[in-house]
Amino acid sequence: MDKVTKLASQRAVVIFSRSSCCFCYSVKSLFHELGVNAAVHELDEDPRGAEMEKALVKLLGRKSPVPAVFIGGKLVGSTDRIMTLHLGGNLVPLLRDAGALWL
Amino acid sequence: MRRRRRLTNGGLDVRPVARGRPPAWRGVAWRSLDDVAVSAERRLTAPRSQDRPFRWKEASFLCFWVDVCSNNMSSASTQFASPRKMGIFEPNHQIGMWGDSFKADSSQNTGASSIVEAEIKLDNRLEDSPRTIVGPSKKYDQEANKPTDKVLRRLAQNREAARKSRLRKKVYVQQLESSRLKLVQIEQQLDQAKQQGVYIGGNLGESTLGLSGSVNSGVTAFEMEYGHWVEEQNRQTSELRAALQAHVSDIELRMLVESALSHYDNLFHIKAIAAKSDVFYLMSGMWKTAAERFFLWIGGFRPSELLKVLSPQLDPLTEQQVISVCNLQQSSQQAEDALSQGMDKLQQNLAETLTSDSSGTSGVSDYMGQMVNAMGKLEALVSFVNQADHLRQQTLQQMYKILTVRQAARGLLALGDYFQRLRALSSLWAARPREPA
Repeated sequence: MDKVTKLASQRAVVIFSRSSCCFCYSVKSLFHELGVNAAVHELDEDPRGAEMEKALVKLLGRKSPVPAVFIGGKLVGSTDRIMTLHLGGNLVPLLRDAGALWL
Repeated sequence: MRRRRRLTNGGLDVRPVARGRPPAWRGVAWRSLDDVAVSAERRLTAPRSQDRPFRWKEASFLCFWVDVCSNNMSSASTQFASPRKMGIFEPNHQIGMWGDSFKADSSQNTGASSIVEAEIKLDNRLEDSPRTIVGPSKKYDQEANKPTDKVLRRLAQNREAARKSRLRKKVYVQQLESSRLKLVQIEQQLDQAKQQGVYIGGNLGESTLGLSGSVNSGVTAFEMEYGHWVEEQNRQTSELRAALQAHVSDIELRMLVESALSHYDNLFHIKAIAAKSDVFYLMSGMWKTAAERFFLWIGGFRPSELLKVLSPQLDPLTEQQVISVCNLQQSSQQAEDALSQGMDKLQQNLAETLTSDSSGTSGVSDYMGQMVNAMGKLEALVSFVNQADHLRQQTLQQMYKILTVRQAARGLLALGDYFQRLRALSSLWAARPREPA
């Protein structure tokens, strides 16, 4: 859990994902499209991935915790939440506030 | 004064045989020569119909008999006039001869038999030259046999049988015609149903082993529900149109708009259930019509396309609204692209999983491992379909937030209309006349 929070606060946008998960790839692709330089942590490539996954499950309350997006150190949620925010036009302001975007 | 002729004489049945003649004649029991003559005349001069071939033999026989009997009764009457009118006889000449023969043979029976013989001869003659019936009169003279009741009876029976078989044929043909029409109708319905995505069960081969029963039921349940959904959608679209034309109050419009939006929510809900049951079916779009399938994107319509359809309908928009709509268009496009790229990546991954280690050195366990891996990847499809539906839902919700109630109503009407027209286009396309292969 600490590892998760530690990593989450290192950058404006932090994404925990799995390299094999294509769904996570969509989120990554979206942030890339928005011009955000997100820090991506692949849980299956990290030695302490299983631990972090468990922590994320507790945080998110879902069976599959990835992708998990943290903006400005705070947990935003999974793909659903990101899409809702983005269509609502709220994602970009959030990113701007966190300092991930400068435009 | 006319003598009445007994009709049951020697089995000679001169009651009119119903051979497709005009209905007024049916069931008429002749009781006098007058009737015979009149009927004969009518038969010869009545308009021909298809199932009543001109019965020369019959009609001429009747004319003969009328002639003969009239002569027998020695009364110059209108019966003579009738045959003459028909131009078949040379009555004067013939009557004389017949009259002689009758005088020679005065009994009723023999008279009748002579007539029968004449008729038989007449048949032969008439086959060749229906219009000249002068000959038989001579033959008639020569005949003096006893009346053959059996022959008469058989002839009558033949007539009856022929009539019945003609009737049967008519009925049969009518049945054939109606069956053919029905067949054409059923074929059309089947075509339409195929276009509307009735699942003919051909794709169930890929579904999980032993679960094809439950998968099928999930699919059929969805199909049924979707059918109801479309009906309700059409109804709501008409209701919106009527409400907008009638300029109802904003409150009423709001109710209509919200029920329309929740109707879309229903669709996404049943799609989510179907995705768990058979995601490939949902993604194939077979539950939609052909033209809708053309626009298919991850199991449904594109959110950005939705906005493109709606925007021109929404003028006038305030500046703020224009900006918001533009932003929404952009973000929905970006979200769409993100999902599309995710799908591409999935395809790539799946292909890689299935093509790795095809050198054959690995063994069964590796093959099974490969399959398990691939299965795991496929499960991601469900997430994609759900997320695509989520995008669609969010786009609709956001539009509702940006627009006024009236604009939202117009927008939903435009959307409902658009999908209705796509469905209609599919039907027209399916029913178009095709060039023979």
